[in-house]
Amino acid sequence: MLNNSVESEQKMSEFEKTLDENGPIIQAKGVEVYYGEKQALFGIDIDFQKHQVTSLIGPSGCGKSTFLRCINRMNDLVDIARVEGQVIIENQDIYSKDVDVVALRAHVGMVFQKPNPFPKSIYDNVAYGPRIHKTVTSKDEMDYVVEHSLKRAGLWDEVKDRLQEQGTGLSGGQQQRLCIARAIAIEPKVILMDEPCSALDPIATAVVEELIDELRERFTIIIVTHSMQQAARVSQKTAFFHLGNLVEHGDTDQIFTNPQDDRTENYITGRIG
Amino acid sequence: MSDISSKFAVGVNPFAKKRSGIADKLIMVVLISCASVAILATIGIVMSLIFETIRFFEQVPITDFLFGTHWSPQTAITAEVVGSSGAFGAVPLITGTLLISFIAMLIATPLGLASAVYLAEFASSRTRSIAKPLLEMLAGIPSVVYGFFAALTIAPFIRNTGATAGFEISSESALAAGIAMGIMVVPLVSSLSDDVINSVPQSLRDASLGMGATHAETVRKVVLPAAVPGIAGSLLLATSSAIGETMIVVMAAGLAANLTLNPFEAVTTVTVQIVTLLTGDQEFDSAKTLSAFALGLFLFVITLILNVIALKIVNHFREQYD
Repeated sequence: MLNNSVESEQKMSEFEKTLDENGPIIQAKGVEVYYGEKQALFGIDIDFQKHQVTSLIGPSGCGKSTFLRCINRMNDLVDIARVEGQVIIENQDIYSKDVDVVALRAHVGMVFQKPNPFPKSIYDNVAYGPRIHKTVTSKDEMDYVVEHSLKRAGLWDEVKDRLQEQGTGLSGGQQQRLCIARAIAIEPKVILMDEPCSALDPIATAVVEELIDELRERFTIIIVTHSMQQAARVSQKTAFFHLGNLVEHGDTDQIFTNPQDDRTENYITGRIG
Repeated sequence: MSDISSKFAVGVNPFAKKRSGIADKLIMVVLISCASVAILATIGIVMSLIFETIRFFEQVPITDFLFGTHWSPQTAITAEVVGSSGAFGAVPLITGTLLISFIAMLIATPLGLASAVYLAEFASSRTRSIAKPLLEMLAGIPSVVYGFFAALTIAPFIRNTGATAGFEISSESALAAGIAMGIMVVPLVSSLSDDVINSVPQSLRDASLGMGATHAETVRKVVLPAAVPGIAGSLLLATSSAIGETMIVVMAAGLAANLTLNPFEAVTTVTVQIVTLLTGDQEFDSAKTLSAFALGLFLFVITLILNVIALKIVNHFREQYD
């Protein structure tokens, strides 16, 4: 019974993939962000395609994280932040009045810079989302969701014998994969990652990068990164931000081999940044 | 010859002492002696407590003190008077202390925690900037003021309410003292808990909110569970301050050493008995006077233990997230 559902899920994902490859899932139109008087983002227009990894790169303070946080309205939490323009996810402007932020964030998950597992057991960390959204009712089903999410995050084999231990007791890389498992347990459509590897060692980084590539099958991923090598390794599309402007975006190969803008070229060759 | 070469000329020590350092040493001596005054005073107090307590236990067996259920420290001055022996069972005092502290914490825990959660999580920064100092002003009210508030407002109110309901409630009751004491420790609980809640990392809140949890769910399921150890610590600190509180109980709880758990009866506490034993003219070799030192030592040990546990918990909690 459970196997069947996995198979059907896989079939569904194949189906969705072929169906959606040609349409954007997220469209940003003229997004501007102000922190009080200061303008942090200027008229950002960009589309994100389904089942692709898009990297947002640029020097510190260029607005790439600010932009990422517009996509699940995490900027709402900053008192002085004001967002203008439109972010359209599946034909719905997420800044329109009738949008429930809680429902939005269930569809647009987020993984943060520093691994931030809750001080709860590994099991409860993954079960947190399904519990608050009540997407899972029975204990058996929850066990399945936890196992399945941890497997997809590549963490199951390492923790299956100690699910009741504290999530905070894992290593940094494991914690970050636990956070990814926690994010995917509620089946979001989009996962936003804000420098997910910046607190990890190179080996843990490699594991997470590999995982990102696998997750692309089922999720659309937008990742902010400081590392251009990482952008080149994990993403199909890359967008370069500079001083609050989206300078250039396109296929990752093209951005890194044949940038159209001088600023992009200066950044990827290490002259600014 | 340039300046540099003259400075490093052969035979001249370039690192020679230029300042004598007497001022530094003098300041250090002053600072150390100031710090020692406090330490020596503490040691002196503890020592005197211990020595007088030993003298007390030479006259009254320690088991009578710890397990006796009758407290009546009046010893007769001349041998002919009946009941000259006195009774030094501390159990009624301890239960009285615990009863009042328990009532106080029953009041202070929900009030203090709720206001801490409100201030830390839900209040706008404007409300917070007004409400927090106001709440902390409660801590600045002298306890004697709470005392007459308890004796003149709360106690008559309880007695009248009881009278209309047909109960006989004495005008001095554990309840009145407990309520006043509870209100007194609210700012302690709320400001410590507020600190603890604020020290729960923002990243945990972001994680929860980022998964689509509402603010209230985040507070209930992530912030408070993470803050529980620290909150427990703050409650223990508040308890120890309630146990040591004197003025309120002197004024509102009475002097009768009843062994009871009924909050409507008059009880007395360890601190109240110390006050009554040592006010007025006393001879310093009678068991009556010496018993105050035993009570004092007992109180000191209890609050010390509570404080040590509380600080351990709070510090452990801080380390976890730093």
